[in-house]
Amino acid sequence: MKENLYNYILGIADNSLILGQRMGELCGHGPSLETDIACTNISLDLLGQVRSYFQYAAKIAGDDRTEDDIAMLRKERDYKNVLLVEQPNLNFAHTIGRQFLFDVYHLAFLAELQKSTDLTLSAIANKCIKEVSYHERFSSDWVKRLGDGTSESKEKIQEAINDLWTYTDELFHQTKADKATVLESVGVDVTKLKDDYYKRVKDLLEEATLKIPDSKWFQKGGKEGIHTEHLGYLLTDLQYMQRTYPNMEW
Amino acid sequence: MNKTQQHIDPILIPILEQVSDPEIPVLSIMDMGVVRSALIINGVVEVEITPTYSGCPAMDVIGDDIEKALKNASYDSRIDLILHPAWTTDWITPIGRKALEDYGIAAPLEADADKEVLLNGKRLIKCTNCRSQNTKLVSQFGSTACKALFKCEDCQEPFDYFKCL
Repeated sequence: MKENLYNYILGIADNSLILGQRMGELCGHGPSLETDIACTNISLDLLGQVRSYFQYAAKIAGDDRTEDDIAMLRKERDYKNVLLVEQPNLNFAHTIGRQFLFDVYHLAFLAELQKSTDLTLSAIANKCIKEVSYHERFSSDWVKRLGDGTSESKEKIQEAINDLWTYTDELFHQTKADKATVLESVGVDVTKLKDDYYKRVKDLLEEATLKIPDSKWFQKGGKEGIHTEHLGYLLTDLQYMQRTYPNMEW
Repeated sequence: MNKTQQHIDPILIPILEQVSDPEIPVLSIMDMGVVRSALIINGVVEVEITPTYSGCPAMDVIGDDIEKALKNASYDSRIDLILHPAWTTDWITPIGRKALEDYGIAAPLEADADKEVLLNGKRLIKCTNCRSQNTKLVSQFGSTACKALFKCEDCQEPFDYFKCL
């Protein structure tokens, strides 16, 4: 098995899986019918993308594991998602802030992944980028709307951006699998995405009349399996069915 | 093989045309453009379909329905899901677009016009009920992954718009 490629794919897919699960939590709990449907649509897109990645990973693994095993039967330390996406839905501004800070990265990442010499990854990226551009429009529109809205909405989105800022730098950290796949022109060199990311985010925050956080302290660890306490609770929900009724199918 | 072209054995077309999207029953999968190839190889029909949206739950059903339709016509089949090239709304045929409109779903505009509507609030989409262009975007995300929600400000009817992809 190509271990680096396998781990690399999981690194990409876990971000979408965990964020998809977080957005799915809004089902029936969105602040309005339209935003509820939007958040769950985004969740559905992300989970659909995850299937493509995990099906490919299962093929690379070459044993009897399936996409479902990869999604449902790993332990907390085996998930490689960034800390940003596992942060909880404290309020709608937090949900939007988290989505926005991830979408800007996600879009730039997929644009590069389309150029991968791995044809399956390039095809998946080519498919996903169309969907993710809708996500980015949705979340950046809402950041502007909340930032340039009432004093209360502005306060809440500013608080969310300030809180989540500490998780942004990790997006640009390279894992062992990253470095190995970049060498083969399969993976994306995320360090090269950083400057454009912060420029795009800052421009939009300014447009939304928000302050750019000046904190220089950044959290990291998710990509190496060291997570915040929130992931365990999320996985309890996500994996409940498979853990309680092993091997059950719809 | 040029992947943007369809390779479909003419014998199979009438069979495949009977299969429709479970969420848009008026639209055959042929008119939606999701069947990329269907060829009889050593007596087995090999079909390649491509998803509209990654998370579209209809794809599994469509795969099963194709298998059933071919079985009824005494063919064994194998269905493969392919991702490349990515499906685009440009592949919906003129018949498909008409079927969508008649069903109450506004058909996708060209990519540039679509952006103007979804981003800048331009009123270019015709109401499927009264044909007025005085329509307003309610939400970029609608009842299924492929649709946005609109409202007509003349007849006041809400309706779906098939998003450009």
